[in-house]
Amino acid sequence: MPLMYPLVFAAFLFSAGVYGVLARRNAVMVLMSIELMLNAVNVNLIAFNAYLRDQLVSGQVFALFVIAVAAAEVGIGLAIVLLIFRNRETVNIDEVDLLRW
Amino acid sequence: MEKLAWLVPVLPLVAWAVLLLVGRHLPGGGAAVGILAVAIGWVISLAILFGVIGGADPYHVSTEWAPIGAGFDIPLGMTVDGLAAVLMVVVTTISLFVQIYSISYMRGDERYTFFFAKLSLFTAGMLIVVLADNLLLMLFGWEIMGVCSYFLIGHYWEDVANARAAIKAFLTTRVGDLGFMAGILVFAWAARGFEIERIIEGVETGDISSTTVTLGAALLFCGAIGKSGQFPLHTWLPDAMAGPTPVSALIHAATMVAAGVFLVARMYPVFEASGSVLNEIGILASITMLIAALLALVQDDIKRVLAYSTVSQLAYMMGALSVGGYSAGIFHLFTHAFFKALLFLAAGVIIHAVHSNNMSEMGGLARAMPVTFVTFLVGALALAGIAPLAGFWSKDEILTDAWNAGFAGAGEAATSQTVAQIVFVTGMVTAFLTALYVGRMLWLTFGAAYRGQGHPHEADAAMLFPLVVLAVGAALAGFVSLGDNSIATWIQTEHLPAHGPVTLNVGLIVATTAVGLTGLAIGTALYRRGLPEREYLERVPVVWKTLQRKFFLDDLYEQGIVRAVAGALAPATYWFDQRVIDGVVDGAGLGTRRLARGLRYVQSGQVQWYAAALFLGVVGLAVVVTQVIGS
Amino acid sequence: MTGQEVAFLILAVIGGLAGLLVVTSRNVVHAALYLVVALSSIAGVYLLLAAPFVAFVQVIIYVGAIVVLILFGIMLTRAPVGRRVLDNTLRARVGAFVIGAGVFVMLTVFLAGAFGGERIANQAATATEALGESLFRNYVLPFEAVSVLLLAALIGAIVLARRD
Repeated sequence: MPLMYPLVFAAFLFSAGVYGVLARRNAVMVLMSIELMLNAVNVNLIAFNAYLRDQLVSGQVFALFVIAVAAAEVGIGLAIVLLIFRNRETVNIDEVDLLRW
Repeated sequence: MEKLAWLVPVLPLVAWAVLLLVGRHLPGGGAAVGILAVAIGWVISLAILFGVIGGADPYHVSTEWAPIGAGFDIPLGMTVDGLAAVLMVVVTTISLFVQIYSISYMRGDERYTFFFAKLSLFTAGMLIVVLADNLLLMLFGWEIMGVCSYFLIGHYWEDVANARAAIKAFLTTRVGDLGFMAGILVFAWAARGFEIERIIEGVETGDISSTTVTLGAALLFCGAIGKSGQFPLHTWLPDAMAGPTPVSALIHAATMVAAGVFLVARMYPVFEASGSVLNEIGILASITMLIAALLALVQDDIKRVLAYSTVSQLAYMMGALSVGGYSAGIFHLFTHAFFKALLFLAAGVIIHAVHSNNMSEMGGLARAMPVTFVTFLVGALALAGIAPLAGFWSKDEILTDAWNAGFAGAGEAATSQTVAQIVFVTGMVTAFLTALYVGRMLWLTFGAAYRGQGHPHEADAAMLFPLVVLAVGAALAGFVSLGDNSIATWIQTEHLPAHGPVTLNVGLIVATTAVGLTGLAIGTALYRRGLPEREYLERVPVVWKTLQRKFFLDDLYEQGIVRAVAGALAPATYWFDQRVIDGVVDGAGLGTRRLARGLRYVQSGQVQWYAAALFLGVVGLAVVVTQVIGS
Repeated sequence: MTGQEVAFLILAVIGGLAGLLVVTSRNVVHAALYLVVALSSIAGVYLLLAAPFVAFVQVIIYVGAIVVLILFGIMLTRAPVGRRVLDNTLRARVGAFVIGAGVFVMLTVFLAGAFGGERIANQAATATEALGESLFRNYVLPFEAVSVLLLAALIGAIVLARRD
């Protein structure tokens, strides 16, 4: 298939993820959008791996690593969200602006 | 000894600094410091003068002070020739005796030490003017004197009138100073340097065009008009009497006002090269001497009589210079310093004794204050030009020079004959008027019976001693013009050789003496019995009003100039300063605040903001890198 | 249009739609479920791109573990429902849309410019053995590092979330 197909698909998912990160107020939804972005990256990697027919299959290996890291990140992210929820009764991230001026 | 001449201005300068810093804590309020500085300068000046009399050559030393570029530099140097020596003696002598006098006169004043500091600074300024070898240094000393005059006139500044008089003096002379500075620039540009010698040579060799010379000389003379109180900038001098009497004696009689005369004398070859400027000087001098003498006739305040008299006598000096009488003018400066300072100091003693300036509250003081009376008499007669006192000799020489230039056709001066004739005629009339108001002053102050409330008594030694010394000077100073080695010889330069001994025009001497005696006689007749019910001139209302309003000049200046400036120009400038200039400064601050308020949102604390910025930046960077750089 | 391409297009449309719905849904739980659909379709795409092992891992870990974790998070934070609560202001959304669109355009343009006419050749699915060999031989260091990372994340999550 043309290489552009998966690439455009990945780009679309990534952009959707960007929109989600910026437009959503709920912290968990932001985390979900981040997962979307990571997946888009993975699609990209796999597509290029198939295109380049790498001997070391680096693209797939890298994709595996990304999945592992994403898992770790979601775990920690949700722990933090829980902590914020416990302390402030809210998961709206625009109310968490302690680092402001 | 000439090499030490630089000490003469520097010592008072040091005294000023010392008095300012620690004067208060010194015994006697530090007066001794000022007096010592001037005394040493006095001794050095006398030594130098004796050297000049003995035929010493002029001494000139100069060093480059600051290069300005374009081939110019500001030199720092002094010229010690006969003219400078004579002036140095005058300045240091008067300054010394005024300071001794002030020990007693200013006793108890709360700003006693500051007063002596100001006097010292002023003396230094005048000496800088006298010794300067270049116009810029002279301007430096000139401005020091202007500032000191302001401070000294305004010594009793608690009274608003005194403060106003000080400002009036300062601003009026400033107007003249603008012309002076312009003149300096004209000549410095034309001669490519500030040194006086250079400028004179440039004029004499014809390197500087005659239009430039006329322009520059006219502008330089503006400064003299202001400082020496010539018409139309004479209005500040009478008001300057608001200052303490020692100030009037030093500054407004003998030294600062003489600076203008000195300037013309110093630059005389330049002025001689421009006949039109000399004519202008002559006309102005004639006008000035006449109106000042008329105004002196109707004053009640004794210091104002003397002030107008000073204006009139300065005009005499200027008149002399305008008709080619270089040595006559300086000679009159020399004698006038003595008798005018004497008159002022004596007037101060009188004022101290009767606690009033007004002659209407004086009278009959001859018996109560004999020493003062005798010294005052000597000074007054010298002023009136009675032989053999000093004023006679100098006034006579001026009139002789005017006669020669106007009627006898000696014709060496560049002045036109008509102007010289005018100078002569007004000179004679003024001599008459001078004798008249001198007689009036003498009789109203010392004659008839005492009209005041107090108990006048003679002054103490500190005040009387200077009076006696100056009286001796006023009596004998005239004799320096006689003989081969006369004052004319002392002040000659290579550009202005002396004309040989003074020839006495007997007819003229008789005429002037007659004029003087007539004036005194009329004055005696009118005022012998004291103040009349109504002043004689009051009978002619028009004349009286004109004289009382000082020929309406003050009103003219007030309405025309001061109103325009204070009323319109000053508020406009104030608005500009507050709104535009401050506006720029404030605006910078406000602008920064507004910018900050906007930039605050960069640090909103909200993660999504940061993420948005991040992605935006990535997109932007990608575009930039590929489109701009990659291609 | 080969069968592969057709299959890919179907999966892409489903996945793209699901992804879009994740970020625009008004209900958090619905969004999580749409996420499942999107992730699954991505797994299918991996299969088409000769990466079966990665596809399995995707399903097991992403769909099986991560989404569950997210659902737990939703439950524990009492996620509310409704547009007003879930989304930012209209202004922010418009801005986000602009940025998202910008990113998409930029990526597409650049990628098209670089790889416009390329094709992925038909190939056999990567053998798991080859993948394993590469992973444990050439990339063993990152592998170990990731395992340490996972350990740290595990401990960190426990420490953060426990109640003392």
